[in-house]
Amino acid sequence: MAARPVTPSQTVGPFFHFALERAGWNDLTRGDPRGERIVIEGRVLDGEQAPCDDALLEIWQANAAGRYAHPDDPQPEELLDPGFTGFGRALTDASGRYRFVTIRPGRVPGPGRALQAPHVSLTVFARGLLRGLATRIYFADEPSNADDPVLSSIADPAARRTLLALRQPGPEAIYRFDLVLQGEGETAFFEL
Amino acid sequence: MTRVLLPLAPDEPGAQPPLLHAPYRSTLKRAPRRPPLRIEQGLSEITGPRFSPAQAGPPVVDLSRVGKGEALGQRIIVTGRLLDGDGRPVPQALIEVWQCNAAGRYLHDADQHDAPLDPHFTGVGQMLTGQDGEYRFLTIKPGAYPWRNTDNAWRPAHIHFSLFGSASATRLITQMYFPGDPLLATDPIFHGVPDEAARNRMISTYDPGLSEAEFALGYRFDIVLRGRGSTPLGM
Repeated sequence: MAARPVTPSQTVGPFFHFALERAGWNDLTRGDPRGERIVIEGRVLDGEQAPCDDALLEIWQANAAGRYAHPDDPQPEELLDPGFTGFGRALTDASGRYRFVTIRPGRVPGPGRALQAPHVSLTVFARGLLRGLATRIYFADEPSNADDPVLSSIADPAARRTLLALRQPGPEAIYRFDLVLQGEGETAFFEL
Repeated sequence: MTRVLLPLAPDEPGAQPPLLHAPYRSTLKRAPRRPPLRIEQGLSEITGPRFSPAQAGPPVVDLSRVGKGEALGQRIIVTGRLLDGDGRPVPQALIEVWQCNAAGRYLHDADQHDAPLDPHFTGVGQMLTGQDGEYRFLTIKPGAYPWRNTDNAWRPAHIHFSLFGSASATRLITQMYFPGDPLLATDPIFHGVPDEAARNRMISTYDPGLSEAEFALGYRFDIVLRGRGSTPLGM
């Protein structure tokens, strides 16, 4: 097959809600998957700490057993959970807030087959972003974060902290994860 | 774990827009200031969402009418293939498209452009690609519209495309433009892509062979997602 040069990225623009908002897509538990129910919610803020009301967030994660619902995951198929696709989409509201309902992901093998800490891959698109920004959501109360190869590769502790979702007080497992696109507290984004 | 797992290939220089592109003013307060961290790709990056027909929902490939009411504007057929950077078709991938109507107005509450809405046009379509990566939509040609980036700025006619490939790292949102549009010369979003050849890959091709007599004009737009590198993942 001949190599083909890629199509460039462009902004999602400000006017996409009527097309990309899909009922229920921010709830990954609709298929009644195995695992602990959690909520991940927060705000998207710009360089003036103003809320972004026109951001599109998409997440991709492994199931509770640490397996991705994808044929390239070489782990045993027995680990698949028919009730879990691993994909979610949320749009920010007028105050820049988003919310996902999902399950706590299991640990996924990483380089050298060492297990990574539980994490959720996140991509954000918005007006003013000519391409999507990729990052990861980790859980601040997760002991295995200390061994995670990606977290460990981030030298700056302040940048590392921006990837940690904070458990909120109360009986429910609600995690707060704010995305700061620019400036003070800027989220660490990845080049994949 | 004996399978060979290949990472996604890096972008060619100039083929993707920078995050900070001052002529597009919205980037000024939104582009991260710190350079992105390069992380080693793993399972999280080389896998990605896939959609069954049930998950994707019913295909919507005819945007040119709502019920029996026909949208105003020039009917066009937009078709092409979704490929990866190695030239392979990407089958059963979700393509979502959206656009403004022929007058340059989106069906969106925040769009305040003083142009009429069309009760027979929503501007939303979606489908899963076929086995050869092919897709096809019947729609109407979107209008140009003003935006407040600079004084008297107008966006060239475009259709938004959202694409899922084989991996989360191939996720792409882009815009398709039309050949010969004079507004392309000054559009800062289009010109956010530094490399001219790369930029021009976002312009569809008018193809008389795709046009349907007495009915619609045909445009071809192939979309190419990132291919794979050659060094297997270290796992």
